[in-house]
Amino acid sequence: MVSTNTLEAVQRYKQKSLPYILEIEGIRKEFPGVVALDNVQFRLRPGSVHALMGENGAGKSTLMKIIAGIYKPDRGTIRFQGEEVTLTSPLDALERGIAMIHQELALMDWMTVAENIWIRREPTNALGLIDHRKMTAMTQALFDQLSIRIDPTAEVSSLTVAQRQMVEIAKAVSHESDVLIMDEPTSAITETEVEHLFAIIRDLKARGVAIVYITHKMNELFEIADEFSVFRDGKYVGTHASADVTRDDIIRMMVGREITDMFPKEEAEIGDVILSVENLSLPGTFHGITFDLRKGEILGLAGLVGSGRSNVAEALFGVTPATEGTIRIAGRDVSIGSPKDAMREGMALLTEDRKDTGCFLPLTVLENMQIAALQDGHVKMGCVDERGLTVLCKEMQDALRIKTPNLDERIENLSGGNQQKVLIARWLLTKPRILILDEPTRGIDVGAKAEIHRLISRLAQQGVAVIMISSELPEVLGMSDRIMVMHEGHMTGILDRSEANQVKIMELAAR
Amino acid sequence: MENVQIEPVKRSRRSLPQELNILLVLVAVALVFEILGWLFQGQSFLMNSRRLTIMILQVSVVGIIAVGVTQVIITGGIDLSSGSVVAMTAMITMSVAQSSEFARAMYPALTDLPVIVPLAVGLGIGLLAGMINGALIAWTGIPPFIATLGMMVTARGIAKWYTKGQPISFPTDSFAAIGSGAAPVFIFLAVAVIFHFALRYTRYGKFTYAIGANPQAARVSGINVQRHLVKVYAIAGLLAGLAGIVTASRAATAQAGMGMMYELDAIAAAVIGGTSLSGGRGRIFGTVIGTLILGLMMSGFTFLRVDAFYQEIVKGIIIVAAVVADTFRQKARSKKA
Ligand SMILES: Nc1ncnc2c1ncn2[C@@H]1O[C@H](COP(=O)(O)OP(=O)(O)OP(=O)(O)O)[C@@H](O)[C@H]1O
Ligand SMILES: [Mg+2]
Repeated sequence: MVSTNTLEAVQRYKQKSLPYILEIEGIRKEFPGVVALDNVQFRLRPGSVHALMGENGAGKSTLMKIIAGIYKPDRGTIRFQGEEVTLTSPLDALERGIAMIHQELALMDWMTVAENIWIRREPTNALGLIDHRKMTAMTQALFDQLSIRIDPTAEVSSLTVAQRQMVEIAKAVSHESDVLIMDEPTSAITETEVEHLFAIIRDLKARGVAIVYITHKMNELFEIADEFSVFRDGKYVGTHASADVTRDDIIRMMVGREITDMFPKEEAEIGDVILSVENLSLPGTFHGITFDLRKGEILGLAGLVGSGRSNVAEALFGVTPATEGTIRIAGRDVSIGSPKDAMREGMALLTEDRKDTGCFLPLTVLENMQIAALQDGHVKMGCVDERGLTVLCKEMQDALRIKTPNLDERIENLSGGNQQKVLIARWLLTKPRILILDEPTRGIDVGAKAEIHRLISRLAQQGVAVIMISSELPEVLGMSDRIMVMHEGHMTGILDRSEANQVKIMELAAR
Repeated sequence: MENVQIEPVKRSRRSLPQELNILLVLVAVALVFEILGWLFQGQSFLMNSRRLTIMILQVSVVGIIAVGVTQVIITGGIDLSSGSVVAMTAMITMSVAQSSEFARAMYPALTDLPVIVPLAVGLGIGLLAGMINGALIAWTGIPPFIATLGMMVTARGIAKWYTKGQPISFPTDSFAAIGSGAAPVFIFLAVAVIFHFALRYTRYGKFTYAIGANPQAARVSGINVQRHLVKVYAIAGLLAGLAGIVTASRAATAQAGMGMMYELDAIAAAVIGGTSLSGGRGRIFGTVIGTLILGLMMSGFTFLRVDAFYQEIVKGIIIVAAVVADTFRQKARSKKA
């Protein structure tokens, strides 16, 4: 590894000679049916953190993919370190010093953490064979430097989403690039890990690395970014220092209108107990989970990543059924061995991992949206009632403001936040009575977020019982009637809305 | 919120572009043979209805199999057993379809049976073979390649063992009628139409695509993935059984060597027709065109008196070229880099 001192010296030199390490001018990028970017500009200073803001589908990821050599722009220039460049491939960009952490995680499942990080750059021994011991040591050194605690020899498939995210970050850092792009790096991790990530970012920044940071979380912007650029519908709106503006200014720039309520919880009438869980356990994962859920109630589920929140949700829904304990729905003991069983009981689960258990990437938006609803009904004389379903899907598209040229577009061409909305629509179409949402607003922009919160409130008013897992405490606090906190597979408490606050939750979550 | 700027979309229907491509290939192949025909044989290739009928007849059996194989490939699997299942069903079916006029019938007590019996036996055997494939894949989790490879070897073995290698002949007239004349073509087209609609417009079809696109997400969406896989492989087996019946009936005899390599032709037809080996994509209509392209090629080479060895070489190259072209097309669609 290059020593930090040399690196710093190089960076100081660069910093002095050039105000910007990267300058983008007049970029246009069109996809069939969509102008993703239109005459966009962007300037990046070395040794700074530059946030990109904009609604879902505004073109942020597309712009970053252009900088990382994944897409070629239709028009426009890219100047990197003062020279005009044409980036031919991601490898080309990487070799010039531009690394990117993708919005959708892109690690190879069946390889170890170390193999994933050093792929294409594996250390070799005298015979030219891969030196695994050295590779493990290098990974350990990298992890030590970043204070990451993950076993370098573990297979990626065995890691949690948050751990994978940390591996991605470490991998990008290991390239020692001048520009590091992070596309929603915190969407899969909790506040403690966010702090950890920010420490890493500050360290990189001090070493002269320029960081582009895409996020929908306003507080992160103020905490970590030096300046930010706003995009709207593929157009560049402006760049400002984050110290100069308020949250409302940014939102106005992003959406062109005012958004007042962040978490507009509307009171719902709490009805009878619909779901009653007793002593639910899955050895090695979670133990003794006991709670009641009433009609119209929103139960927040808080805890650190790895505390077993998602596992409980998956057990309730039969993805990985619990081995002990009872689940009672509307007073009746039920045995749930598969998601199909759970759906028969009127449950729905929006999973945490959009890519692994959510999207059918080769299929269209319409097909992705209707698949769960097909389980019961929507079939006429043996044929799927396409026309009826399309009408319902159109309504969902409007209600959630899903940005897509048409419903026959492949879901893989949608922006991350819009994919998430399609998945929410998928479950709403099943008309559940118990709705379990695991990180429902992951990757969703501020405006749409408020709308999704309103939607959840409305569902509760209609008597739907909701369990909501979220790593964003303000969201949990804002939306929930009660909050159940978990720590290392155990329930550490259930707080009432009136008594809950950030500190109390963190106390229970960290123990 | 101001208007989201989305430019009007010109595409009218999503299915058109992809299938148009394959149709164009079909037309191009036909035209090439037409031109070569005038150049080297001094006659038209296409303006010969007899030749075209024979061509379609030749590929009908492979086509029937390909309809099943396409569905398997859409789930992200593969079926290598269909050719052997053709031989196995042909043998067993023929043994209960023999005419009493033949003195040395295999089961003298079971001659002159109504045609429904051999039909049911043949379809049943195909279905069973497919269900075994599916059950192995769904519940033991072994890769489809291995499970169906096992079935491929086993079924061929059963076909040989059944008569110790002897052919079985002399079917009843009614059984022989199944594959006579243009009947195989109609059977092929009927099967194709049924499953084209089943895949596009029924729950069965939607689930098939979903499983191929992302099996985990399919499970979470409430699909019983294992049971569905058994269904899909069972249908593929059933259609291979049907192909076996048609083959035996048409030839009026059954041999253990029948259906050799049909599985590969069927896979080729599906892939040429745009079915993606990585799952989640493919249409029966494309497979029908793919089958016709294969048939056109075979018939064209014969017409031009191209040596059989060259035929195979060229066929191999064309299959690979089709997949390469498809891969590029997919990339162009999704990446636009
Ligand atoms: N490969 C593609 N093919 C077709 N359209 C695409 C493709 N990639 C992006 N788009 C479209 O371009 C627009 C911008 O997408 P992009 O992913 O850049 O948005 P984003 O700002 O990152 O949104 P999010 O906050 O939801 O991640 C969207 O309308 C999207 O549907
Ligand atoms: Mg994005």
